[in-house]
Amino acid sequence: MKPIELFFESLYTLTLNKTRTALAVLGIVIGIGSVIALMSLGQATQKSIQNRIESLGSNLLTIQPGSSRGSNGVRNAAGSQTTLTLDDAKAIESSSDITNINKVSPEYSSRTQIVTSQGNSNSQVIGVVPAYLDVHKISLQDGVFISQADVNSLSKVAIIGPTVVTNLFPDGSDPLGQTIKIKNQNLTIIGITVAKGGTGFGNQDDIVYVPLTTAQKQLFGGSSLSSIALEAKSAEQMTTAQDEVGYFLLARHKITDPTKADFSIISQQDMIETVTSTTATFTTLLAGVAAISLLVGGIGIMNIMLVTVTERTREIGLRKALGAKKKIITTQFLIEAIILTFTGGILGIIFGIITSFIISRVTSSLFIVSPTSVLLAFLVSAAIGILFGWYPAKKAANLEPIEALRYE
Amino acid sequence: MKNQPIISIRNLSKIYKTDVLETIALDSVSFEVQKGEFVAIMGPSGSGKSTLMHIIGALDKATSGTYLLDGQNVENLNDDQLAEIRNKKIGFIFQSYNLLPRTTTVKNVSLPMAYAGIDKEEREKRAIKYLELVGLSDRLKHTSNQLSGGQQQRVAIARALCMHPSILLADEPTGNIASAQAEEIMAIFQKINEDGNTIVMITHEPDIAQHAKRIIIIRDGRLVEDSNKHQQKIINNSSSLPCQGKGRGRVSTNL
Repeated sequence: MKPIELFFESLYTLTLNKTRTALAVLGIVIGIGSVIALMSLGQATQKSIQNRIESLGSNLLTIQPGSSRGSNGVRNAAGSQTTLTLDDAKAIESSSDITNINKVSPEYSSRTQIVTSQGNSNSQVIGVVPAYLDVHKISLQDGVFISQADVNSLSKVAIIGPTVVTNLFPDGSDPLGQTIKIKNQNLTIIGITVAKGGTGFGNQDDIVYVPLTTAQKQLFGGSSLSSIALEAKSAEQMTTAQDEVGYFLLARHKITDPTKADFSIISQQDMIETVTSTTATFTTLLAGVAAISLLVGGIGIMNIMLVTVTERTREIGLRKALGAKKKIITTQFLIEAIILTFTGGILGIIFGIITSFIISRVTSSLFIVSPTSVLLAFLVSAAIGILFGWYPAKKAANLEPIEALRYE
Repeated sequence: MKNQPIISIRNLSKIYKTDVLETIALDSVSFEVQKGEFVAIMGPSGSGKSTLMHIIGALDKATSGTYLLDGQNVENLNDDQLAEIRNKKIGFIFQSYNLLPRTTTVKNVSLPMAYAGIDKEEREKRAIKYLELVGLSDRLKHTSNQLSGGQQQRVAIARALCMHPSILLADEPTGNIASAQAEEIMAIFQKINEDGNTIVMITHEPDIAQHAKRIIIIRDGRLVEDSNKHQQKIINNSSSLPCQGKGRGRVSTNL
């Protein structure tokens, strides 16, 4: 008997009991489908978090003041110390020892209430210098950004994000040229940023930018910085840049023991790596859950095949009596199991892709189906067919023809 | 030409063993069947006739003694070699027909030819030829569950014939069939026997056994009668005796 004939014979046998065949296939469809959908969900989450971090600026290093220690020795949150100054930023910019840094953006940020005649908003107010625009990849949909002249002259101007616009000007009037009140100071709006999106992870659109000097001297009254953002020349130079700046600042702050540094430098690469490894764990977890449903589907196939072998005992006995060799019987049942899992695998891939597409639409996230996960799911389904089809097929082939023919 | 028997059985015994029990199903049975014979093997249930049929049909092996089928010793063959013997040399006809369900008659008849590796066109040609021979030329596309018992058994006969086997081995071929149709089946048996086919038929019905040319009677695992047609009268008498020796042959315990 040729393999192709055996294939059609198996196919025909499967069509004899359509409900059971469909149910067996369904187990695999759900298994493979959920592997693909959940892996795609995990990868999409990972990718969108990465994108969001990268949208904060590329090759970004952030220097934060160290945590202060109260008189009782209790350590406060990082950034609570006031050890970073504008002079530090200027020194980094002008130092000949630091060669891997492109731009330096000293920042002062604080959350406060912003008021207009129409509404009010509790937003992040950040005091910036012109370099901020490039370092953080900010673009404007309208107006201009803060200039060096604004910083020098402590101008009372502000650039606001789209969320702030909706909060402060609910009537839809053009905010440009209008006045907002922060800490009892009137500031004129000179620009509006383009929406960056993002919630939770620091809303990029709920921000008011003012000149650094204005923020320090007019609004919040202080000379320290909340952070200095640095742009490295390239991704490869980030580590070198981090070391250069680190040693430079240690020397400037006259600290000999690096473990006692009064500042910390966070590289964007570190953040991406941390988040990526977290979401990778999450993706693995999802794939693990899906793999269990795949295993259950495989056991379902084995169950159906075992029932089939029992139910078709007489037929198997007959086939053996008519001259079917063991190999033929094994092959026939194995082919049946493989047809079940392959059909289930293909339908499962389609089902998984459709599901992840729907999820991406509903949650307006990215739609990613990696070929690797599709290939993996397909191979796994084939392997399950062979693995779980083998035992029932062997069982069928080893039936004694006399016993099998007598079976009622 | 040497007159070699199709079946040659010498001192054949079959003993079923469990831990404590030894059951002798066949006890030193010897007989020969020549080409072209039509033999009925009779006996009450438990007499060992089914065991004998299984051994003749290469479905089972004897404990001792020799069995030559068409001159070939089947004792030392493995499962796959036995499968090949069954495929090429034996045409089985079962009491319950054993057709593949929901499968056309042509496909059913083709099954042993498929296992023999005969190509599809030849299979269909032969299947149609033998279905015509058993009078089912108008039922080629019917599936087995659309046929009556007698028709199904005729499909089974066509299936048994298509490989040109050395013997046709029929196990209670009319056991599930109404008597009018049983007569038709027997008529086909006689016709194919006249064509030169050797038939060995197991039955417990004397009137069915009448159609054979020779009757062998087994009781308690022993061959008790072996008679040709002219001795029919005696056979009739003996086989109409009430079934004796219920249980499988003689039983001896090792306790």
